[in-house]
This record gives sequence, C-alpha cells and structure tokens, in this order.
Amino acid sequence: MFKKTYLSATLAALLSHLPYASAATNGDLQSIREQIQQLKQSYEQRIAQLEQRLQQAESAGKRAEAVAEQAQATAQQTVVSPAAASGTNAGEGAFNPAISLILGGTYGSLQQDPAVPATGFAMNPNMGHAQGFNLGESELGIAANIDVNYRGVATLALDPAGGVSVENAYVQTSALGNGLNLKFGRYFSGMGYLNEQHAHAWDFVDQPLVYAALWGNQLGEDGLQVKWLAPTDIFIELGAELGRGRGFPGSDRVKNGAGSGVLFAHIADDIGIEHSWRAGVSLHQTRAENRISDGVPDLPGTVGGVSNSFSGDSQTAGLDFVWKYSPNGNIRDRYVKVQSEYFRRKEIGSLTYDLATANIADSYSVTQSGWYLQGVYQFMPHWRTGLRYDRLDPGIASIGPLNAGNVIGNYAFNPTRTSVMLDYSPSEFSRLRLQLARDNSRQGLPDNQLFLQYIMSLGAHGAHTY
Amino acid sequence: MRKILALLLLLAWALPAHAALNVFACEPEWAALTQILAGDQASIYTATGALQDPHRIEARPSLIAKARRANLVVCTGAELEMAWLPVVLRESGNSAIHPGSSGYFEAANAVHMLDIPARLDRADGDVHARGNPHIQTDARNFLPIADALSQRLTQLDPANTTHYQNRLAAFQQQWRAALKKWERQAAPLKGTTIVVQHKGFPYLNNWLGLQEITALEPKPGMEPSAAYLGQVLSQLKLHPAKMVLRAAYQDARPSQWIAQRAHIAAVELPYTVGGNDAASNLFSLFDDTIARLLTGAQ
Repeated sequence: MFKKTYLSATLAALLSHLPYASAATNGDLQSIREQIQQLKQSYEQRIAQLEQRLQQAESAGKRAEAVAEQAQATAQQTVVSPAAASGTNAGEGAFNPAISLILGGTYGSLQQDPAVPATGFAMNPNMGHAQGFNLGESELGIAANIDVNYRGVATLALDPAGGVSVENAYVQTSALGNGLNLKFGRYFSGMGYLNEQHAHAWDFVDQPLVYAALWGNQLGEDGLQVKWLAPTDIFIELGAELGRGRGFPGSDRVKNGAGSGVLFAHIADDIGIEHSWRAGVSLHQTRAENRISDGVPDLPGTVGGVSNSFSGDSQTAGLDFVWKYSPNGNIRDRYVKVQSEYFRRKEIGSLTYDLATANIADSYSVTQSGWYLQGVYQFMPHWRTGLRYDRLDPGIASIGPLNAGNVIGNYAFNPTRTSVMLDYSPSEFSRLRLQLARDNSRQGLPDNQLFLQYIMSLGAHGAHTY
Repeated sequence: MRKILALLLLLAWALPAHAALNVFACEPEWAALTQILAGDQASIYTATGALQDPHRIEARPSLIAKARRANLVVCTGAELEMAWLPVVLRESGNSAIHPGSSGYFEAANAVHMLDIPARLDRADGDVHARGNPHIQTDARNFLPIADALSQRLTQLDPANTTHYQNRLAAFQQQWRAALKKWERQAAPLKGTTIVVQHKGFPYLNNWLGLQEITALEPKPGMEPSAAYLGQVLSQLKLHPAKMVLRAAYQDARPSQWIAQRAHIAAVELPYTVGGNDAASNLFSLFDDTIARLLTGAQ
C-alpha cells in the first residue's frame, strides 16, 4: 500500500523531470541518479519503520487484551486491520476466476446391445449406455463476476474420445434487482427439475428414461432466459426462455427469430425446518425441420429399419415435484429426497418414410409421455441409497393413408426400468457409486445392468442448487 | 387464472412493510445480535437452526424467497456459508445484498481470525482459507461485531441513528458486565484439558484458556472411523483430558464412544442461540455454555 503510493509518486516526479533530464549533462544525470537512490533508501527505511510500528501495535494489542477489558476492544480493532489487509491478494492472479474440474468414469456391464432404442422411441434420441471401462465426461468449469453487472459461467465438456464441447457458456445479470434474473448464451433450460443439474450432481449414473427419450438427456439452449421471483414469503418463480431450438426435439434451422420457447413456474416452501418441497409446471414449444432418424422399425419389417424424416411442431408440457426431509434439518447426517417428473409431448407434422428408397411423405402426429419416481435416502453420513422407477408411453400415432402400411402407429408396449443405487461420498468432493438396473425398455430384450461410477471434483467447488 | 392473479396481488399487498429493515440472518447468533441492536426496527429471518450444520445447508427456494426481500444479510462469512449462500444471493435477484454492497455484512471481518491455514489443500479436510469460522464461541468477539453491525444498521437506516446508537451503548454495557461475570465463573476452567469432536472451538479455548488435546475427526469435516477413535483413545491414555466437547448439531455417538471408554464427561454445548432450551438468547447462551463446561470439568 505505502510502497505503491511512494513508487507512483517517485515515477510521477521522474516523468515530470524527464524533459529537463534529457537536456542535462552527464554530471547532472549522475546527481539525479544519486538523488533517486537516496529517495528510494529513505522510503524503504520509512516503510520498514512503519511495518515495525505496526507489529509493535499488534503485540501491544495482544498484551492489552489480557490486561484490561477496555483495552481489549481497542486491541482487537488494531489486530483487525492487518488481518483484513492480508485478505487482499495482489498481482494479476488475484482476478483469476473460480476454476473447477470434474473427473468422472464408469464401468458398465450390460446383457443387451445398448444401440437398440426403447420400443416405440426409435425416432427419439437413444442415449444408451457404455459397456466396460469408460472415461466419463470430464467437465471444466470457469466462473467469475465480469463486473458489477454481469457474471460469466462456462462449462466445457471434455470428451473421452478427444475434443471439447461447450456445455454451458452464459452471462448472468447481477444488478437488475426486483427479483429479476437474466441469462443469455448457452445454458440448460430451467424447465423441469433435473434439467438444470449437471451430470456430476445426478443421483443415478444415468438420467431417467423420460429425460433420455424426450430431451436427449438434457435440454440445452442457445438463447436468453428471464426469471422473476415474486416478493412473497413463499417462493414463486416465473421464467421464460427464447432459444435457437437447435437440440432435440427441435432441429437446427437457418432462420431469424426464435426457434423455441419455454415457459415455467416454480412454487416452493418449507414446512418447519425439517421439510421442504418444490413443485413446477413447464411448457416447451419448438419446430423440427427434416429431423432424421435412422434404424426405425417399420410394418414391412425391413431388416435394420429405415431412415425417416419428420417436420412439424412439437409441444411439451411437464410437471415436476420434489420433497425433502431431514431430521432437525441437518442434511449432513440423514435425509430423504423424493422426486417425480412427468412430461407429455405432442408432435404434429409430416413424416417422410424410408428416405433411401420409398421416400413417401404424409401427415403424422403422436403424443408421447413418460414419468419417473425416485427416492434417495442418506441413512448415515456419507452413505446414500436410492430407488427409481421409469416408465414411457410411446402413444398411438395417427398416420396419413399413404404411410398407413409402412409406419408403425401402435407399439402396444410401455418401456419401464427399475434402478437401485448405493453411493459413498468420503468427502463433499468425491463420490463412488454402484447401480443395478432391470431395464425393460425394449420389448423382448430385458436387460440386467450393473454400473460402477466415480465422480471427483477438483478446485473451486460452487454451491449446488436445490 | 384470475383467481391466481388475485392471490398473487393479495400476497404482494400483505407483505409486512412495517419494520424499517428486513434482515436475513444466516445463523441464530447473528439474528439474536441484530434483534438486540435494532429492536423493533428490524424484521429478522433466521436462515438456519441451531441443530443444523451451518456448513451443510441446502440453497432451498424458501431461503431465496426470503433473501429477495432482505435489505441486509448478516452472516459469519469466512467461507462458513460457502456451500449455499452464493446461490441464495445470486438467485434472489436482489442487488442490494450482493457481497461487497452495504446490504451484505460478514461478522468475521470484525474479529481477529484464528487457525488460518498455512497451506490450502483439500487433503487437509474442510479448511477455510480465512481461518476457523466458528467465531461465536468467544463472547468477547461480540463487542467488535456489535460495533460494526450497528454502524451498518445506521448506514442503511440513517433516520434511526440515535435509536441504534442507544441500543448499542446499552448492549455494550450489559455485555461487558456479563463478560466479567463469565470470566470470573470460568476462571477454574483455565488449563482444563479437552478433546473436541470437530475443530469448532479454537475461539472458546482462546477465551477461557481450555487446552485442546486433539479432535475426534481425523480431518475437519470427516467422520471419525472406529479405528481412528481407537487411536484417539490411546492418545488420551498418555495425555488425559477432562471432557469431550461437541456442538448441539453434531452426532452424539463419537463423543459418547470416547467418553465411555476414557471415563471422561461428554459435554454438548449449545454452540448458538437455540442449541438447547436454556440457551434462548445470547446471554443465556454463554451462561449455559459455562455452566456445562464447569459441570463437565468436575
């Protein structure tokens, strides 16, 4: 502090004398150098003296503490200042953002080929599972306040096969006030409950079937989100998003304006100190343009399936609910978390059957839905167990007459899955998990699955959301 | 739809706007102190209970809703609330209480911190860069904190400056008298050897001269295993302690295990206001703490 001020004063003095100095003789220069040297020495001495006095004040303060109570208060005040000063780091590194790295990996053992999609969902994304030892996605997170108005967050997913993808890269306002929060860039949509959570915060190795089939695990958007929190005692939050709609169920299009829209509302409260809950509704709307799916089974029974293309409107409504309980509200020891979500999607448009050969287009509409119910129980510190049930309904499609003999409209099968997990977290930063699942999502191909997983986090560890 | 709107309007209208300041206190001790210093000028919400581990709180929506309307957030700071407060403040959409603004108060800034780690490594457990955050166990710390907090109240609500100044003066007088009483009562505790379950008592030790032999947690925040407790037990044979201390929110089993085998007293301290029935305010918190320590030391 002192040093900086004196140094800048010296520099200022130097600069103001510069024109004269350049005109001066060598002898003058020599004397100026000596003067500067003397100045420097005297300031250094003074700084040393000041530091010494500060130390003396400190120790004097400590002695006084023991002597009298009146002196004690002042002593503490003198002691405070150096403590406060030491908290401020100097140098370029002081403004480095918070950096976190998540390391994850799984071992998977499956009885069936994971490339087979859930029955009735061949035109949806098939997230599948990886067999054997796998490096999961490592996630690099960087976050910091940009200035008084904005905060920036970037999450880069490092793919095990190489390559980096941008999972999140958004800017959040911090100065709007009035309960308003604006976010823009690439973010996970605020709809539903699980959608905003990053993979390392999931309670199971995989997402519920309904998230895998209807959202390709998670709905990420490029766009902007506005949320408003009501000034009420109970938590009421309303949100709206406009996005590009690049991911499933939308498809990347070249157009002006918004490609997708989301509306959501959350209401939440506590009941005493032990219970808390949150309920929400969400609406999502987008449009698909030539959304191509390969390997879709058909009525003629083409081996390996056919490639279809869908164009049309997609509307999804969702309900989510979570309830948490912890004795005395102390989540460190024990807690129970029960959550459930339901999504229902209606798609209306036109389907082109068998792009490779037949290439027949006609109207197509279907309503798909799905839900899950899961409970997680931390029965002692560091140990949790969980149970989840998933169910999907592929719906009965109405198919235009041209494709009535080609496209399967009614699968008459509901994919289901039951998963149990046990995890152990030696600390807040590490977690080891075992998961067993009985996967009945593919008709006639029941699958017993086993997963082992580790999730470790290094560096800055941001706070988790509810 | 119309009904919902009407309900929303009604809720918005029904908000209490009588008190000058809406205060969001992170821990019960700061709620109690704010209450003493502001009186009826503040309506105070306490975010955590005495039986909750303040390190491990979830950023529940209810906390976000309360922070939305707060004019002042009063917390310990020093990273104690690191796992939840940043989310609460960010999601609240309330720019008045962001860190660095006048609506954000950290008590730890007003006191001299102890146990500042020489190195920062997660291998050392839950260490806090700015020092041990459990500052409320030394009653002397409340004087500089009250002073700083009262100044902040005045800054936010200058119309009531004299009100705050009078209350501060009254508190200081009462607290100094109480400190004298507590220090007299606790005089026999000086040099008493103790074991702690969690490293949460350096300020208490510093104040009353208790001598900490060791902690039951192998690393701060890490649950002790049976094997580790066995090690502590053999350590206690060499360096006997009078009692084992734990905070009200901590699991009783590890201290009871040690207490039974080492034949020492297991003392549960209220740790903050509301930690037990007797500790119903700041004064009785320390009355009860000292009474329990004296009983344990016998």
